[in-house]
Amino acid sequence: MNTHTVSTNFEQCIKCTVCTVYCPVVAVNPDYPGPKQAGPDGERFRLKKANFYDEALKYCINCKRCEVACPSNVRIGDIIQLARIKYSKKKPSLRDFILSHTDLVGTMATPFAPVINRFLGMKPVKKVLDQALQIDHRRNFPAYSFQTFESWYKKQAPTQKEYDSQVSFFHGCYANYNNPQLGKDLVKVMNACGVGVQLLSKEKCCGVALISNGFMEQAKKQAKVNMASIRESVIEKKMPVITTSSTCTFTIRDEYDHLLGMDTADVRDQVELATRYLYRLFREKSPVLKFSNKKIKVAYHTPCHMEKLGWAYYSVELLRMIPNIELKMLNSQCCGIAGTYGFKKENYRTSQDIGSGLFTQIEDADIDYVVTDCETCKWQIEMSTSKMCEHPISIVAKALE
Amino acid sequence: MKFDTVIIGGGLAGLIGGIRLSQEGQRCVIVSSGQSALHFLSGSFDLLNTLPDGTAVTEPFSALRKLIQMEPDHPYAKLGTTRCEELARQAELFFKQIGIPLKGTSQKNHYRVTPMGALKRTWLTVADFITSEDSKKLPWKEITILNPIGFLDFYPQFIAAEFKKLGTHCTIHSFNLPDLDILRRNPTGMRATHIARILDKQENVKELARIIKEQSGRSDTVILPASIGLSSSDMLRYLEEETGKSICLVPTLPPSIAGIRMQQYLCNYFKQLGGVYMMGDNVTGADMEENRIRRVYSCNHGNIPFEADNYILATGSYFSRGLVAGREKIDEPVFNLDVSYLKDRNEWYTGNIFEPQAYQQFGVTTTLGFEAIRKGRTVENLYVAGVILEGFNPVKEGTGGGVSILTALHIADKIVKEGGR
Repeated sequence: MNTHTVSTNFEQCIKCTVCTVYCPVVAVNPDYPGPKQAGPDGERFRLKKANFYDEALKYCINCKRCEVACPSNVRIGDIIQLARIKYSKKKPSLRDFILSHTDLVGTMATPFAPVINRFLGMKPVKKVLDQALQIDHRRNFPAYSFQTFESWYKKQAPTQKEYDSQVSFFHGCYANYNNPQLGKDLVKVMNACGVGVQLLSKEKCCGVALISNGFMEQAKKQAKVNMASIRESVIEKKMPVITTSSTCTFTIRDEYDHLLGMDTADVRDQVELATRYLYRLFREKSPVLKFSNKKIKVAYHTPCHMEKLGWAYYSVELLRMIPNIELKMLNSQCCGIAGTYGFKKENYRTSQDIGSGLFTQIEDADIDYVVTDCETCKWQIEMSTSKMCEHPISIVAKALE
Repeated sequence: MKFDTVIIGGGLAGLIGGIRLSQEGQRCVIVSSGQSALHFLSGSFDLLNTLPDGTAVTEPFSALRKLIQMEPDHPYAKLGTTRCEELARQAELFFKQIGIPLKGTSQKNHYRVTPMGALKRTWLTVADFITSEDSKKLPWKEITILNPIGFLDFYPQFIAAEFKKLGTHCTIHSFNLPDLDILRRNPTGMRATHIARILDKQENVKELARIIKEQSGRSDTVILPASIGLSSSDMLRYLEEETGKSICLVPTLPPSIAGIRMQQYLCNYFKQLGGVYMMGDNVTGADMEENRIRRVYSCNHGNIPFEADNYILATGSYFSRGLVAGREKIDEPVFNLDVSYLKDRNEWYTGNIFEPQAYQQFGVTTTLGFEAIRKGRTVENLYVAGVILEGFNPVKEGTGGGVSILTALHIADKIVKEGGR
């Protein structure tokens, strides 16, 4: 249930256990007490005495599917995350630091991308990372790009200014360091709709991995930088902010407020996924897009944070505009990666078990691509199935003539 | 977002209304604030079990006239006896056509078995569940009850004691599977859903078949707790073929496997017909023009509203916050519709929990055509369906399922016939 406008607290839980039915972790890992126990039930005890805190709360993947299922307005996922932040005595490790500081690692890696990518793909290296850092050796690292999206964009900046209508693009770490093609596709699609794309004056990683790994101060620091840039764009320049990552979007819109205690109400409505921006644009202005008639078969996977946002509809409707597209909806279920969670050796089995139902459904589908709005879902799906996974914006860009 | 009909509430009434309208070619969206009360389904839907004066009902149709006399604001009274009968038959056909096998008929109530082993009158029961046509005896003399060791939401001893009164002898056996030991690592792990995920695995179904053969002795009927078959009931057919025994389920305490399966089946069916199901979203307000709703807004969709010709409110009762009880009044939180309730709070409930409670009868006031009323004026394109309605006591009468199903089908028919006006 979306709870932004309603006051929510653990005491609103009526112990119906519906959340537990929809928790992807509980279904495969009995060491996790489940959202009801870890959330509202445990909170009662923790308020009494902090030593009731159970370190098993680390198994929560913060997918928020418990909140989507809850009929009583309880912010179960938030309660669990806040408890981890407040009570956990476990210090983040060097591995957690490396996995969560995506900006820093990305900046260091991209200049050496061809070497780094080959290096990280080598079996002995994976073994060392597994032994020394507890990053599971079976996990594939997302490849780094030799050129960041930001550096590509610099050359486009003058042409982007020529459009009457303008938006700011929060590209996120993935489009910048790993897949600049997604950013390029976004620019192509927006331009085809008559909209120019600007970057924010300063952009940092949204901080989702920092929050989940316990680097709260660093997360707040980065959130402040992002919020200042977003406000500058929305309030001063009157330019809405669009995004391509469902998790970055969810983090900025909801987690900044709920977990970092930052008031974002003045600009929250102006931060949205590009697919939602385009949905509205097509209804208000109906720009004419020229699509090729090429046949394409896709299956859409709803990432957990997309389910929480409730916005899969916009991405799917956008895809449906492509002529000759055959679109199938996969059951909305967690793929298991949950950002940095699935990279950790101790979570590898849980991660793959959570995703197994989805992987089977994907393998059984006669499709060219899986389509999804989340980059970590993409890594997980490409690593765990034989299918390629693309962002809806990239699929639309490919279909444009 | 443009639709023909927007349905607020994704439980039994909302889903049935949505499916019915989609079958007629309408484009519908269901907006649901979380999962529904179907997760507590007993395994049965009631039509009418008891009159408000306590008289037991064997044949619901012949008791309808009396009920309507006693409760003139009852949803069944608004439908009238003829229409109620028509809709009940239509409902039976509806479930059959969409592929949900149910036992029972509206001509005559049958008996379901509660988790405690008691027999209760009801209308339709999920096909795999144990039922009886007779309140004084069961159709079996000898039954074996099997229960996973440590499953605390199921009570074989109580069931056996109740069945003994009906002349049926039960033998109780506990069983274990290595996979179930994994669940026991967590003190809250032995729940119906968790156990079902284990029992549903192919290798465990085979093992269960072996256990049934070994333990069921001379009884030709075996009872299992309804903690199997989360995604489909195919494995029950397999177990029957493999063991040569008839396998029946008895409901457990919640969460209800049959209910979850029903919810997911109806939801998927609705989506396959082209319906859009928005889970975990709240409708926050509406734009009205004259006495019609033009569009509604939600938390998740903010400045992109839902627009439709017709709207159905099926948000349920107190559990799902379709009705919210404050200190002095009962509210309908989505549209602030008129609600009928007793003004004196002391009359809302009686101290004896087993007595009929007045608050259970409170609900949204409607016209005879189930159109909502707001500040005394009819909202022409907003219909109200299900247990949010005024004038009936779903618990005491045993009418909850019937009211949800019948009003949803009725409103869907009405919307189709009137062509959106």
